[in-house]
Amino acid sequence: MAVLVSTTVNGDHAEFACEPNETLLDVLRNRLALTGVKEGCGTGDCGSCSVILDGRLVCSCLVLGIEAEGRKVETVEGMAHGAELHPLQTKFIEHAALQCGVCTPGFLMAAKALLEKNPDPSEEEIRFGLAGNLCRCTGYDKIVRAVQDAAKVMRGA
Amino acid sequence: MPLDASYHAKSFKSVGTRPLRPDGIDKVTGRAKYGADHNMPGHLVGLILRSPHAHAKIKRIDISKAEKLAGVKAVLTAADLPDLTNGDQGMFDILDNCMARTKVFYDGHAVAAVAAVDMATAKQALKLIKVDYQVLPHVTDVDEAVKPKAPLLHEKCFTEGGESKPKNPSNVAKITEFGHGDVEKGFAEADIVIERNFKTEQTHQGYIEPHACVASVSPDGTGELWVCTQGHFVYRNHCAMLLGMDVSKLRVTSSEIGGGFGGKTHVWMEPVALALSRKANRPVKIVMTREEVFRASGPTSATSIDVKIGIRKDGTITAGKAELRYASGPYLSMWGELGAMTSFACYDLKNVKTRGYEVLVNRPKSAAYRAPSAPMAAFAVESVIDELAKRIGKDPLEVRIQNAAKQGTRSSYGPVYGPIGIGPTLEAARKHPHMKAPLGKNQGRGYACGFWFNFGGQTCTDVNVGPDGTVTLTVGTVDVGGSRASLALCVAEELGIPYDQVKCTVADTGALGHNDMTDGSRGTFSSSMAGIFAARNTIEVLKERAAKMWEIPVSDVAWENGHAKAVGSKYGNLAPLSLKEIAAAAGNTGGPVAGHAEIVADGAGVSFATHICDVEVDPETGRSRVVRYTVIQDAGKAVHPTYVEGQYQGGAAQGIGWALNEEYIYGKDGRLQNPGFLDYRIPVCSDLPMIDTQILEIPNPNHPYGVRGVGETSIVPPIAAIANAVSNAFGVRMTHVPMSPPRVLKALEAAKKTKKA
Repeated sequence: MAVLVSTTVNGDHAEFACEPNETLLDVLRNRLALTGVKEGCGTGDCGSCSVILDGRLVCSCLVLGIEAEGRKVETVEGMAHGAELHPLQTKFIEHAALQCGVCTPGFLMAAKALLEKNPDPSEEEIRFGLAGNLCRCTGYDKIVRAVQDAAKVMRGA
Repeated sequence: MPLDASYHAKSFKSVGTRPLRPDGIDKVTGRAKYGADHNMPGHLVGLILRSPHAHAKIKRIDISKAEKLAGVKAVLTAADLPDLTNGDQGMFDILDNCMARTKVFYDGHAVAAVAAVDMATAKQALKLIKVDYQVLPHVTDVDEAVKPKAPLLHEKCFTEGGESKPKNPSNVAKITEFGHGDVEKGFAEADIVIERNFKTEQTHQGYIEPHACVASVSPDGTGELWVCTQGHFVYRNHCAMLLGMDVSKLRVTSSEIGGGFGGKTHVWMEPVALALSRKANRPVKIVMTREEVFRASGPTSATSIDVKIGIRKDGTITAGKAELRYASGPYLSMWGELGAMTSFACYDLKNVKTRGYEVLVNRPKSAAYRAPSAPMAAFAVESVIDELAKRIGKDPLEVRIQNAAKQGTRSSYGPVYGPIGIGPTLEAARKHPHMKAPLGKNQGRGYACGFWFNFGGQTCTDVNVGPDGTVTLTVGTVDVGGSRASLALCVAEELGIPYDQVKCTVADTGALGHNDMTDGSRGTFSSSMAGIFAARNTIEVLKERAAKMWEIPVSDVAWENGHAKAVGSKYGNLAPLSLKEIAAAAGNTGGPVAGHAEIVADGAGVSFATHICDVEVDPETGRSRVVRYTVIQDAGKAVHPTYVEGQYQGGAAQGIGWALNEEYIYGKDGRLQNPGFLDYRIPVCSDLPMIDTQILEIPNPNHPYGVRGVGETSIVPPIAAIANAVSNAFGVRMTHVPMSPPRVLKALEAAKKTKKA
C-alpha cells in the first residue's frame, strides 16, 4: 500500500507516493526523475547514490523513501545556482577529476558534506572523507586535487 | 585522393593543450544520461533467472506458473533464442552464455528471463520458474582444470594447436606458441637460471555503472536499443545476428558509459532484452544488480604461469621461456594467447619461447580487462628478472635497460619493432626524483615494465560544417574517458580553427558506418586518424568552394590557418576566405560542406611503460600500503595531456587493487562468495597516495600526429612493481596475488623459518 510522503528536495517542496519498502534512491530516480543520483551497488558500498539528508551525507540506497517525510534532501541536481556552478563542480571539470563521470554526483555530495564540516581539510582528511565513494577511473589523484582547490576557493583564499 | 597516415613533425596549436571536456557540465550536474537513466514509453521490467550451480544439466524448465502471474508479459528461455549462428562457434558461445541451452556452466549463468509490469511482479515471477537441474562435478581452479581427471566442461573439447591431435577431450581448449631462437641453448649459456610458478586470482573490471539497457522490438522487425557499451556497432551486429534481425533495422544508441575497461565489449543481457521485447511487444528495460555484474558479466582470467629465465653475470638475458595457463570461463578465448604474446615483449631476446593455454573452468566467461592478459604475464616475468638481477649483484633497473627492446628488435611475438619507448621510459625512471626519495622503515622500492600492442581497426567518421562555420565531428567510438575533447582537438588542429568551434558527438548506429568498439586503446588513435582524414577531405571541399567564389582554378587555392588563400601574385587583391565565410555561402556554391572518412586504422604504435613504486608492509598484520607511485609511459603524442595522465593514474590504481586486495573467492560448492563491493574490495581514496606521472612522446610513425593508444599499458606493470617492492622490503618473493595480508604474513613467517634453519 503506497504511502504519501511530503518532503523538500533541492529547496523545492516535493510530494510523492511510494511503497513502504521503496528506497529513497528509487524514489529520487523513478518518481522524481532525479537520475543524477546513481545506483552502483544498492548495498551502501560504493557511494554513487550519496545525497545529503538534513545536512548529513547518506547512501540513498540505505534510506527508505518514507524516511524523507518532513526532511530536506539535497542531490547533485541542486548544487548549481542556475548557470553558476558550485566551486566543487567547476574544479572537478578543471582538474579532470572525472573520466566516465558516473561516480561524480556521489563524490560531489560527499565532498560538499566534508567541506561544510571542515573547510580546510588536509589531504588525509579528504582521502578519509571520501573513502565511502568508489571511483574506478581516476585513481583519486585528480579528485583529491579538485577538492583541495575547491576548498581554497570556498575559503576565499 | 589517398590519404597519408604517416607522421610528419609539426608544431601544434590545439593538440597538446588542456581545454575543458565538452561533457563536463552534464556530468557534474547529473544531466548526463547513463545506461539506467533512460526510459521508453510503457517499458516493462526485465529480470534474469540465474543458475545457483557451478555445473549442471538443465533437465526441464517449467515456466507455466510464471506465465500465468498477473502482470507478467513474457517469460523466456533458450527455446525463444533459436540458434541462428550458422556454425560460427564464437557467436554460438555468446548465445549460450546469454541464455544457457543444455547445461549451466557457472554460478550465475542465465537460464530464463521475465518481463513484467513492475519490479515486484518480475521478482515474484522469477520465483515461479522451476528449473530441474542435474548437478555435475565442477572445477573452478585453473591448475585443477588441466589435470587429466578433472570434470569436463565440454565432452567434445579436443585441444587445438598442440603438437598432435589429442585422443581424449580435456579442458584445454587451445594452445598457442610464440618465440624464436633456441631456448635450451640459451639456458646452457646462462650463469644463473631461475624457474618459478606464479599465480594470479580472478579480478573484475569493477566499473561503477552496472550493465543496463532498454530494448524495443516492433512487430515490423525494426528495433531500438539504448545501452551502456564500449561498442554499440558491435552490439548491434551481434544482437541482430542472434535475433535474426537485419543489421540496418536495429538502431543502437550508446549511453554515457560509467566505466568499462573491457567489460562492456561483450553482449550479456542485451539480446535477452530484445527477445523479451519481441515476445511481449513492449519495450523492456534490464538493469543488472551489482551481484549479477560480479557473477555473470566477464571478469578477467585467473592464471598460473611457469617462467624460466637465464642470465649471464654480465647482465645479458640468454633465454626466456613461459607456459601460461589462463582460465577462460566455459568457452574458448584468446587470453592465454595474449599472455604468451605479451610476456617477454619488453626485451630484446635471442632465445624466447612462450606457450599460452586457454583453460575452461566453471567460472563466468572471461572478458577483456585493460591490456587483457598482459599484467599477469608481466608479474611473472618482471618478478624473475628482479630476482636474477639481485643474484648477479646488479641493479634491476640497469639489467632492464641492458636488455630492453629497441627499434629493429624482433619482438618475442614476431614483428620487428619500429621506434619504441621501453628504453626511454627506463632511462627516465633512472633520472626520476622518485629514485632518490628516502625509504622509511618496512618500506621497499620496486620497478616493473609493461607492454601493450594497442589496436586500430574499422572506423567511420564525419565532419560537417554548419551554416555558421562551426563544425560537428561525428564519431562512432564510445567516449570512455574524454575522447570527445581529444578528437575535437585533432580536427580543430587540422582545420586550423579554435577547439571551441568543434563539437564532437558520438553517433548512434543509424548515423555512421560500422565502427569497431573502443577497446585496445584505439578510441583516440583510430577516431583521430579518421577525424583528421575527414577534416582533410573537408578542406578539399572548402578549397573547391573558395575557388568557385573567386572564380579561379582550385589548384590555385591553399588552406592555411582556417582560411582559403589564393596562391600566386596574380591574386594579390583577394583577401583570404575564412571557414565561416565559405560556410555562409555554401548554399550557392554546391550545398552543405562535409568530409567523411571510412578507414581501417592500421599501424597502432606499441606502447611501453615503466613504473616505480614504494610499498610499506606492516610485519604484524601483513597489510601492504603503497606510499609512493610513479608512472612513466610513452604516449606517442599526448593530445590532451590531462586525460592521458588520468589514464596512467587510473590504470595504476586498478593494478594496485589487483596486486593487494581484489580476488574472486569461490567456495567448494563452486559458488562465488564475494559478489559485492564490500567483500570484493577495490581501492578507496584513503588506500592510495597521489600517483605521479611522466608522459614521454616518441611519435608513432603511422599516425599523422604520432599518436599511440594510452589507455591500457598503465595496468600492466603495477602487480610486478608492487611484488618487487615487497620483496625488496623483506627479502620474500611473492608469487601469488593478491598479496593480501594473510598471504604476506605467510610469506614472512616462511622467510623467518628459512632464516632460522
